[in-house]
Amino acid sequence: MGLKAKGVALILLMSCSTISHAQQSAIGKLTGKAKSGKELYRRYCIPCHGVYGDGAGESAPHLDPKPRDFTKATFKCRSTPSGSLPTDSDLYDTISRGIYNSGMPPWKPLTRQQRADLIAYVKTFSTRFQEEPPVASVSIPPEPARTPESIQRGAELFQSLNCWGCHGKDGRGNGPSAATLTDNKGYPIHPFDLTSGGPFKCGETSRDMFKDLATGLDGTPMPSFSTALQPDQIWDLVHYIQTLSAKSNKGYFHFAKSEAKPK
Amino acid sequence: MGAKILAGAGDVMASRWTWRRSNWVVVMVMLSAAAPAYGIPAFARKYNLRCSDCHEAWPKLNNFGQTFKDNGYQLMTGRDAPIYQQSSYFPIMFRVVPQWHREYNNRVVTDIIPGNPAGGQVESPVTNSEFTTAGLDIFSAGTLYKNISFAVQPSLDNNGKFHLLTYFVRFDSLIDSRWLNVKVGKFELDTLISEKRELFLSNTGGFYQSYHFTPVGDRSSFGLGDAQLGAELSGHSSNSYTRYSIAVLNSGDGQVDAVSNSYDIFANFTQGFEIPKLGLQRVGVYGYFGQRPTFSQTSNGVPIPGTGSGNRSFSRTGVYGLWYLGKFDFSTFYLHGADNVFLGNGVSADQPANLPPGAVGPTWNGGFVEAHYTYNPQLILLGKYETVQMSRQANPATRKDFGDVRVWTVGYRWYPFMGTRAGLAWHQEYSRARTIGTAPLTGRDDVTSSFVMGFDFDF
Repeated sequence: MGLKAKGVALILLMSCSTISHAQQSAIGKLTGKAKSGKELYRRYCIPCHGVYGDGAGESAPHLDPKPRDFTKATFKCRSTPSGSLPTDSDLYDTISRGIYNSGMPPWKPLTRQQRADLIAYVKTFSTRFQEEPPVASVSIPPEPARTPESIQRGAELFQSLNCWGCHGKDGRGNGPSAATLTDNKGYPIHPFDLTSGGPFKCGETSRDMFKDLATGLDGTPMPSFSTALQPDQIWDLVHYIQTLSAKSNKGYFHFAKSEAKPK
Repeated sequence: MGAKILAGAGDVMASRWTWRRSNWVVVMVMLSAAAPAYGIPAFARKYNLRCSDCHEAWPKLNNFGQTFKDNGYQLMTGRDAPIYQQSSYFPIMFRVVPQWHREYNNRVVTDIIPGNPAGGQVESPVTNSEFTTAGLDIFSAGTLYKNISFAVQPSLDNNGKFHLLTYFVRFDSLIDSRWLNVKVGKFELDTLISEKRELFLSNTGGFYQSYHFTPVGDRSSFGLGDAQLGAELSGHSSNSYTRYSIAVLNSGDGQVDAVSNSYDIFANFTQGFEIPKLGLQRVGVYGYFGQRPTFSQTSNGVPIPGTGSGNRSFSRTGVYGLWYLGKFDFSTFYLHGADNVFLGNGVSADQPANLPPGAVGPTWNGGFVEAHYTYNPQLILLGKYETVQMSRQANPATRKDFGDVRVWTVGYRWYPFMGTRAGLAWHQEYSRARTIGTAPLTGRDDVTSSFVMGFDFDF
């Protein structure tokens, strides 16, 4: 075999390896298989995300927000820097948790293996998963104590970073820019009402909120603050936002309380 | 008439061969044509999901559907309250099964001279076929408010009579815990192998014998598959792998104005676990502990509701499992039934002298294995074998196997399309049952069989 032929063979082997990687997912000790995921996708996901993963399923016209277009490989909930692909674990968490206040339910009733298989299949819709190397998650330093000072600093950042422009001065999602926002496909998008008490789209723990601020929500106007802020400042902002998120409107026991809330 | 039946039997033999051959053709065509596919359509319409999201094959739930049900018909997306629906949305579903069916019974009591029973009677085989429907189900269910759900199910039986099969209000996730849910009304017991969601439809195979069996002459009047009146406390883990329910129920088998004036208890516990490469498996244990009156006060000979006396106890206890092996899945169920001696012998508790010599409380064991092969969400092959065997007769003079039942059923369902608005299935099924020693005149075995084919649709 000549050198050229060996080179071609090596490239083919590497391509196969990359394709094979893209056909699988790895979440901890679990390995998901796209072939198994395809059947699951046909059973559970097609109505919204469509046969081709382009978010154009038969239910899509009735949904707001619109289902994710997997062919673009742009995902809101990531632990990786803005613009990069999510890790398999990020996708696993999203499927398990669902996207609150959207049409995407928590798929935790599926077995762990089924969720891993689904991720392997979802990754086949975009060549980016074949072409781009995996990116490491951003590091999240330990959460400092939530003190009045930290909250105060967070409140100041909320003002100075113009968060209120979208989320409103009191965090109700009614800032001056709110009505004009669109996502990366041009659909109107609503800033999150930080006072709603509902879980955040990408998880409700402090670490999840840190992640949202550090990586941004790709495909939405919500930017990453990883370069503009130091980790301590991101924690300050997290602490302030948590004060906005009063546990309101939890159900019928809270009906009177939520209805009585001043507008 | 006898000659006609004999000729008919020959025709049946010939037509069976034709039937078998044509069905194989249909099955093979479906196997090659089945495409990606897609249950209560009112929920599908609300959430824009396909039937296949919640059902292995509707009406049988998968775990996602079970979790949805356990959450009080909520997907937990934050948009479950009715305020998020268009005001024109009404959560209602209709289900009806236009069908052709053929019923056979080998020992029907027949007047030798038609219209004159005094002229003598014999047991004759009778076959009957017709176009009909299995009845009409109307089901409305959903949420009244966040974490308050409801269901109302009027049902039209095949005699054209309406009755309320189900109605309840359920308070979900009390004190923000999914482990505390309270339901009040008339509802199916939390039997994970739901008879209401069974995939079989025929008169012989379309119900679980084990759920309804009572020994011949027994007075306990109870069906594990019957909707009961009462209140239930239940809870579940986030993925419904771990589930429990405890219910307090009227001792009337779901009937209002019953003679009984006591309460029964039902409890169920289920645990799911994952086996690598096989998926979710489930095991469960249940118990129903009740009592029934053996006599009551009467007015003009008619029992007065709520005046039942001489209560005697009965129980139904057992275990079950749901097993998944790739595209195969099996439901296994075991029940042990035990009735008090007075109930078993149909004797009032204030008249013990009427008990036969050596009378005891009857006991029996029942169970089934039901298998499904889900070729894809649009095609499912079905099989079931069920048996109920007496282990102790109430009257020792009765033959040991009197009343034992054995049933086997096979069939398939094909869903030509799957969407987010409605469901349609083509259904074919054959079932045969043998009941030991219950032929009315000769005491020989009673054999019935059913064949049904039809369109099962819901909207």
